Amino acid sequence: MSAGGSHRGVLKTTAIVVICAFAFGFAMVPAYRIVCEHVLGIRLAQTAASASTLAGMSEDTSRTITVQFVANVNSKLPWTFATEQPIMQVHPGKLVDAWFDATNTSSHDIVGNAVPSVAPSAASAFFNKTECFCFTEQVLKAGETRRMPVRFFVDPRLPRDVRELTLSYTFYANEAATQRLSNTVSPPPAAG
Amino acid sequence: MAAVNPAISDIHADEHDHKPHGFLHRWLFTTNHKDIGTLYLVFSLTAFFIGGSFAMLIRAELFQPGLQLMQPEFFNQLTTMHGLIMIFGAIMPAFVGLANWMIPMMIGAPDMALPRMNNWSFWILPFAFLLLVMEVFLPGGGPQGGWTMYPPLALEGGANVAFMIFAIHLMGISSIMGAINIIATILNMRAPGMDLLKMPVFVWSWLITAFLLIMVMPVLAGAVTMLLTDKFFGTSFFHAAGGGDPVMFQHIFWFFGHPEVYIMILPAFGIISEIIPTFSRKPLFGYQAMVYSLASIAFLSCIVWAHHMFAVGMPLGGELFFMYGTMLIGIPTGVKVFNWVSTMWKGSITFETPMLFAIAFVVLFTIGGFSGVMCAIVPADFQYQDTYFVVAHFHYVLVTGALFGIMAAVYYWLPKWSGNMYSEKWGKIHFWSSVISVNVLFFPQHFVGLAGMPRRIPDYNVAFADFNMMSSIGGFWFGLSQFIFLGVIIHCVYYSRQRATAQVWEGARGLEWTLPSPAPYHSFSTPPVITDDMLAHGNVTH
Repeated sequence: MSAGGSHRGVLKTTAIVVICAFAFGFAMVPAYRIVCEHVLGIRLAQTAASASTLAGMSEDTSRTITVQFVANVNSKLPWTFATEQPIMQVHPGKLVDAWFDATNTSSHDIVGNAVPSVAPSAASAFFNKTECFCFTEQVLKAGETRRMPVRFFVDPRLPRDVRELTLSYTFYANEAATQRLSNTVSPPPAAG
Repeated sequence: MAAVNPAISDIHADEHDHKPHGFLHRWLFTTNHKDIGTLYLVFSLTAFFIGGSFAMLIRAELFQPGLQLMQPEFFNQLTTMHGLIMIFGAIMPAFVGLANWMIPMMIGAPDMALPRMNNWSFWILPFAFLLLVMEVFLPGGGPQGGWTMYPPLALEGGANVAFMIFAIHLMGISSIMGAINIIATILNMRAPGMDLLKMPVFVWSWLITAFLLIMVMPVLAGAVTMLLTDKFFGTSFFHAAGGGDPVMFQHIFWFFGHPEVYIMILPAFGIISEIIPTFSRKPLFGYQAMVYSLASIAFLSCIVWAHHMFAVGMPLGGELFFMYGTMLIGIPTGVKVFNWVSTMWKGSITFETPMLFAIAFVVLFTIGGFSGVMCAIVPADFQYQDTYFVVAHFHYVLVTGALFGIMAAVYYWLPKWSGNMYSEKWGKIHFWSSVISVNVLFFPQHFVGLAGMPRRIPDYNVAFADFNMMSSIGGFWFGLSQFIFLGVIIHCVYYSRQRATAQVWEGARGLEWTLPSPAPYHSFSTPPVITDDMLAHGNVTH
């Protein structure tokens, strides 16, 4: 046919497009992180803010920010989890503590991880935690209750139109770590 | 391909069809584009009735508020499976089937470029579909998290997650191979004189759709692979607990998903652009504008995906970009709608069944397009998100858009495929019954959606009872009407005594109408000589 190139050529070109597109799907994983953190300024990583970040800041007493706290537990984790203070009024630049309580209501030891989320998302870059129970795995023995702190400050550069922030935590079961725990601490339970 | 031996093709032309004998040889091992096209279309019609029966159960449960017929778990399986079956089982295979049947005949090629791959890309489908549908009958039931498979909800299922993901992998492989075949056929197999900008618009629409398919189906494959490893191999792409991000899934999914909705409508645009000139007895108005608007819709569709997720908490800049990008699609789509209307303007229009479906497509698809623009407005979308307004919107573009396009195509080309005329009277009864019932079915859903009725919920506030009952009555009516469609097809293929002429329709232009009806098993073994006035868009100089 007059229009004819070779079929093999088209097949090769299109196969390359398909492979690149498949790779692109996976490339979106790091790309998403980079775009969120460097272009849009949304913080995804849960790392502690260093003390030096706070050192250069002065407390801004002219503004008061309302911080709301929300505590959730994933349905697969038999814990209760609550905040001691639903609302706090804070000045930007001041280091504050908030407290949360978690209880393991099951009859075995479980490792949990808390995942934080700050709303509105645009303000998340200005919400800094210097210490948080969400940075590490939390091991609660059967029936144990623990009081856990979050030490945070709000960056004074927070846009002026933001007056209210919500910090929400969801506790998830860390199944791999719980498995390790039951393997090392106690002999495996009898089959049943 | 250049070396087609004239002696051999002459011998072929003298013989009869010489189809392979025996059912297995004819259908299982076939490499003939017409056979494979038929297989695709029959498969799609079967899936359409299965997916439709799921929709009937959904409407039966929603007939009244409260739980009457089923538990919410089963209802959730129905909505999920209805979506997956209709998209991957009914609409997409129907378009691929039409492409198989028509593209070689429209460009003067003897067959598809890669016939064995063509066989393979069809025969993967029934097995993929079996994997998908059998889940409903396995312990634990089918997937319940919606066809969009958002984690973490979609990962809460058991073994059905693996079944669903492998079914999607297989369907993806099938459509990628189909798309590659279509690209190779269109680029390499056109008869002399069939320049790219003289191709019928249906062929153009499929060339662009095929490129979209090979660009986005692999991305879906990647996304569901990540779901698979998250569920069974301990990775944390989307597990918040392991440092992943569930919102990222939505980005990857809709990067596939938005072009996907255009994959399901562009071939319908092509079909309508063939039918309207035929029955208006006028060349298509603005042929080149039609081609360029197809291409720009395809391009824009790749950069607007996040309008499906305005409510996830995106930065304002992102919301604005995706809002304006989405609204921009209205421009090339408007070009198409106005060009169809201009084609009809001052034409000698007759209203045979394909034309009726085409006109209904133009009107009703535009309604779906308008509600789409409403959904594109970010502040308003916060109210529409996850309500029946969205359900009404995408059913207007998919049922009265894509599906009506397919039905128009079936009525338009069925005489060419079978050699018999269908019953015009019953075709018209099917049309009027469908077009009235589909509006009774979906129009009230706009109202309950605006009033706040959420989608994917088996029970609802009594305030929505009347509109839901109306919607359910329309649903049953629309569902039953499709048995007329089935009857018309069976009658036409097996029982109709009225033979179709080669041209079939008085105003029909294009290479497929130069072949006898039914189209011979092997066509265009030698390339045809093409003059411009044979082409669908008429004698237009470029």
